[in-house]
Amino acid sequence: MRMKRLQILMTLTVALLLAVGAYFVPAAPAATMGPVTDSVGVVKVNKGQPVTIAYWLVVAGPDASLGVDSRRGIEIAVDDKKTVLGFPIKLIGEDSGCNAEGGVTAATKLASNQDIVAAIGSSCSSEAVPGAPILWKAGIVTVSPSNTAPKLTAADRGADFDGYLRTAHNDLVQGRVAAEFARKSLKVGKAATIHDGSPYAEGLANAFADNFKKLGGTITSQEAIAPTDTDMRPVLTKIAAGKPDLVYYPIFIAAGGFVTRQAKEVAGLQNVKLMSADGTFSPDFYKAGGDAVVGMYHTSPDLTEAALGTRYTAFLAKHKKKYGENVLSAFHAHAYDAAMIIFSAIEKVGKKDGAGNLYIGRKALRDALFATKGFRGVTGTITCNKSGDCADPKIAVYISNSSDPAKWNPGEEPKKIYP
Amino acid sequence: MEPAAKTARGVWRSVVQTGALWGAGAIFLALVGLVEAVSHRQIVAGVLSLAYALLLLAGLGAGTQVSRRWAGRAAWQRIVGGALAGALVGVAVELLVVIGRSVNLRIMLINASPPLYEILSFGRGLGGVPLMMLAQTGAGAIGAAAPLLPPWFRRPVIAGLSMAFVIGLFQDLVQLMLQSGVRAGLRSLLFTGDGLALHGAVLLFVFAAGLSVLRARYRAPAGRWAVGLPPQRRRVLRWITMGAVVAAILILPWVAGLFISQVLVLVGLYTLMGLGLNLEVGFAGLLDLGFVAFFAIGAYTVGLLTTTGPLAVAHLAWWTVVPIATVVSLIAGVFFGLPILRIRGDYLAIATLGFGEIIRLLVLSDFLRPWLGGSQGVLGIPRPVLVGLEFRGPQQLIYLTVVASALVAFVAARLRDSRLGRAWMAVREDEDVAEALGINTVNVKLLAYGIGGAFAGVSGAIFAVMLGSVFPHSFNVLISINVLALIIVGGMGSLPGVMVGSLALVGLPELLREFSDFRFLVYGAVLIVMMQLRPEGLWPTAVARRELHDGAQAPAVPGHAVELAGAKEGDG
Amino acid sequence: MAATLVAARIQRNWLQRLSVIDIFLWAFRLAVLAAVVVGTFRTLYSGRYAGEVWLDFVVFGVSQGSVYALIALGYTMVYGILRMINFAHGDIFMCGAYTAYYAAGALYRAGVFNRQPLLSLAIILAVAVTASTSVALLVERVAYRPLRRAPRLVPLISAIGASFFIEYAVRGLYGSGFQAYPEFEVFKGKWNVFGIGILRTQAVVIVATLILMGLLYLFVMRTKTGTAMRAVSEDMEVAALMGINVDRIIVITFAVGAAAAGAAGVLYALVFKQVHFFMGFYPGIKAFTAAVLGGIGNIPGAMLGGLFLGLFESVGPILVLDGLGIVAPYQLKDVIAFTMLVMVLIFRPSGILGERLAGKKA
Repeated sequence: MRMKRLQILMTLTVALLLAVGAYFVPAAPAATMGPVTDSVGVVKVNKGQPVTIAYWLVVAGPDASLGVDSRRGIEIAVDDKKTVLGFPIKLIGEDSGCNAEGGVTAATKLASNQDIVAAIGSSCSSEAVPGAPILWKAGIVTVSPSNTAPKLTAADRGADFDGYLRTAHNDLVQGRVAAEFARKSLKVGKAATIHDGSPYAEGLANAFADNFKKLGGTITSQEAIAPTDTDMRPVLTKIAAGKPDLVYYPIFIAAGGFVTRQAKEVAGLQNVKLMSADGTFSPDFYKAGGDAVVGMYHTSPDLTEAALGTRYTAFLAKHKKKYGENVLSAFHAHAYDAAMIIFSAIEKVGKKDGAGNLYIGRKALRDALFATKGFRGVTGTITCNKSGDCADPKIAVYISNSSDPAKWNPGEEPKKIYP
Repeated sequence: MEPAAKTARGVWRSVVQTGALWGAGAIFLALVGLVEAVSHRQIVAGVLSLAYALLLLAGLGAGTQVSRRWAGRAAWQRIVGGALAGALVGVAVELLVVIGRSVNLRIMLINASPPLYEILSFGRGLGGVPLMMLAQTGAGAIGAAAPLLPPWFRRPVIAGLSMAFVIGLFQDLVQLMLQSGVRAGLRSLLFTGDGLALHGAVLLFVFAAGLSVLRARYRAPAGRWAVGLPPQRRRVLRWITMGAVVAAILILPWVAGLFISQVLVLVGLYTLMGLGLNLEVGFAGLLDLGFVAFFAIGAYTVGLLTTTGPLAVAHLAWWTVVPIATVVSLIAGVFFGLPILRIRGDYLAIATLGFGEIIRLLVLSDFLRPWLGGSQGVLGIPRPVLVGLEFRGPQQLIYLTVVASALVAFVAARLRDSRLGRAWMAVREDEDVAEALGINTVNVKLLAYGIGGAFAGVSGAIFAVMLGSVFPHSFNVLISINVLALIIVGGMGSLPGVMVGSLALVGLPELLREFSDFRFLVYGAVLIVMMQLRPEGLWPTAVARRELHDGAQAPAVPGHAVELAGAKEGDG
Repeated sequence: MAATLVAARIQRNWLQRLSVIDIFLWAFRLAVLAAVVVGTFRTLYSGRYAGEVWLDFVVFGVSQGSVYALIALGYTMVYGILRMINFAHGDIFMCGAYTAYYAAGALYRAGVFNRQPLLSLAIILAVAVTASTSVALLVERVAYRPLRRAPRLVPLISAIGASFFIEYAVRGLYGSGFQAYPEFEVFKGKWNVFGIGILRTQAVVIVATLILMGLLYLFVMRTKTGTAMRAVSEDMEVAALMGINVDRIIVITFAVGAAAAGAAGVLYALVFKQVHFFMGFYPGIKAFTAAVLGGIGNIPGAMLGGLFLGLFESVGPILVLDGLGIVAPYQLKDVIAFTMLVMVLIFRPSGILGERLAGKKA
């Protein structure tokens, strides 16, 4: 008896649920507010209220240093900029966990806040794939400081990603420069790669290997480790058996430090050339790698004073003063630039009414961001193409001549040698 | 009452101890960075920031504790004692400021920065030092006075303050819910730009205090009225309640908005997993720390069979793949259960943990990348469509999750009361005796693994469409740990407990996203505290509640009936 | 009761007992064995790796295993007495290593570090042991002691909570970046032992582990406190009746286990240099695996389990997987480690040396 009633109840519930599920909200229509009409929507900032920018980065959990590093870049940008169009800037944000579900939750939370003008994120490509479309559906354009996966800005990425740009370097660009340098300048014939299972490292290692082979080189082995591994000697010993001239490991500081130190201890790798990418391009890497970093190569954006003036070194000084420690990872400068191009785009499209309220068209903001051209940032001159890649394609190669983090001054130490 | 508190020296010692303890707590919060991080966060705009609220809570707590310990003494003694303990908290905090200003602590403790000292001394340099001590003394006195108040007065006041505090704390979320129409009006009534407006806080206080008074007056009579009704009427009443619950669930996503819906979908997914793990751990007593494996298998099955990308094995509809995913996870469960059949207790914990890691590493590996996508994952999973309606966002997916959870809970409940369920419990209590009673322990255990895995497979199937993509990084060991924690926090073996547990351990941390840097710190602290206050869980089964209360007197001898799961190992 | 059951089981003859399950288990064992044999054969046959390379792999495995073993000690001791998985143990290890970094850094800046290496090492060790022990005792007092009579999984969850709390507290206090120990000049380079070149740091770790392990074993087997520990582990009730202060013994056990973890932290830092707030988590899990592999609750077992695990991780991928044509085999080293764990547990359900304990407990 009781059973039967339960069943009826269940059926009813299911039916009802489905019926209500049929109620789907329509997408936000074109809007006109104050002096602005926009096909996606308009944000109104009342006089005296701040312009809200949001980050969605991994700031908790084991990968936190990646996102905290970027967030600090944004915070310094906010300190530097102080106001846009006379309005103060408010930074809010979400942890995105460096995984897909974290990206979705963070993006959803930002998407439901109509005050947000633009977003900065995500940290990891796996967050951006499901997250960026959610933000754009809500009309929020996002600029990532650290996604490097090629597919995010591929020509066929789809309309879902119309609101997605990045100041990070596409793996294809950086991997190609590294391979060209290895083949043409170092005249290396055989190379091995190591990645750590992150989409960033895997993408870069593959891009390097493809280009290296295209240029006539031989890849002796393509290995992988876990970012939490500490003992790299076994895998390095395996690599040594293939007798490569160069090992390319575009991974992050901690694991990169282990590889660098231990490569010198493995028989057969003492004289091999070591090369890493911007994931380890930081003074902390000198601490991690110790004396073994002397003589190794890095690819990274051209941060020399010749190219940028003192912009980057000044940034580093501010960072040290504000947070009491060195930069944590590689994407603080990209985040700074991401924030800065957003501010500049807002300044281009924001309109004020008679009462001093600010109106920003969402589609107009998106278009202004994509139209960014020749913006002088901390990572180079920023120009966005139509699929959202904004980074300066000028990638430089550096060589380390010291292992003292205090001497860190990109261009001089590590010294820029290419192009 | 502590024996030490009886002597005069003991009295002082207890004040000093309490004050020092809470002071250390306050210093810890400051040095860990929490105080500075929440200093811009206004509870009541322009009046109280979260940082000061936290700091003063330390003084308040010290005062209350002293006052509680001295129950039975004169009121003035208790208040003075509390004030002294509060003052001590203030002294401790200011000691940090004085030391920090003269020695650079920042070499080691990165949060010991000048801005922190500014906050700790109300932004007045050394002049703020006595001010903080004074404030803490006051807080201590108030804290000590609280237990002295009569309950009819204390309860509404505490309810009102808590309400204002909670709304202030979650103001971000509350404001998200109040963005349009009438609700926007409510928003501008309660909030200013930075937080709760002072008049908003007062309104909330009055509202909650009023409710509390009403509740105190009418709760007991209403209960008596309901009990006194004839059975027929009571059934009608129950139907009405149920109908109200169902209606609430139906309109919830549209009232609560996008984000809350998303959080609830996640809670639903964890509930599904929790129901599965509950079958293994709660019913059959098989500890499993690798439960995420089945979740991953379900998600990857859906991914590979429905994706429009290059990794597709087939292009089936989601609805056809769900049964397939369920069966695949079931088989995986049985298959994985086989080699570890003879392993018991804590050995099982690590063997299963290993299984979870194996699955994660395999889907991540370069070796299987041509088939599973490696770290780049499986992309392009289409949303399910039902009679022309697309489940495209959390507000639609929530119905799917609710229906799936309800179905699975129903199945679990029927299983629990079935012959199989009793066999599981027999195995849980004593495997050898169960075998002697003629239970085929092998089949019974394998079924627990299989069915539990199947439930997680369903969860994974929904997870895959929620994301529209599957990445190996979503399946780490922390998920297994979280699922285990939530069924224990909810109450082991209890079905409603699973839901309560996932609301507490998945829902709350998501809602506290704003304090993201400190999410796990709070999560850890909550687990510890929860286990001490309610070891039987938030919504325990009747049996567990009874056993735990017997167990409180009985010694914890290994093999005692109190030990619910994995109590034994070894053969014979 | 149990004895009669066993007798009843024996009386059935083996053919009757042979079920689908047994067939499957045998098939599983054979499959793993076949994969190992084929992989090994093909790797060796290809001749890609010279003889001395294999010796290197073994040395790497042993040194990594030694660190696992030292951490595993704490797990095993606490488990032996409380039957409780101290999930936070890996983080206690981290606390020691991280806090001692500041001592090492200060010594280095003062110039003492390389002038007085032994003294410096002693100071660093003292700091690490003190930090680890105090954190462990705090955790015991706050998170475990109130739960001593609670159901079994409750302390486990509390321990998980403690693990999170310690990690993120340290992150808040010391920062989310990482630090690197300075290098001892004395320990740079290699020593030649019986013609095998061993890195000095690795030799130090292996020897130190052996010494610590031996001391600990003597402590547990020969001293009065050690005897009391074993008594408590045997039966808490009876031990209390015999006049043993159970609470005190438990505290001592935690302290000793944590001290070993602190020492392990310093040894770890000697080899790997970097410290980070999350560095305890995976070594913790690995050490737990090692403890189980060796037979949890058994001190020599922890050593053996650690060494086996280190060897599986270091030699396994290249010996087995490489031969099977699997790309990037070191990505799958944990797959090998855990498969081997399950294999060992299939043959010996209570670990390599765990028999005595398991028999006693039932």
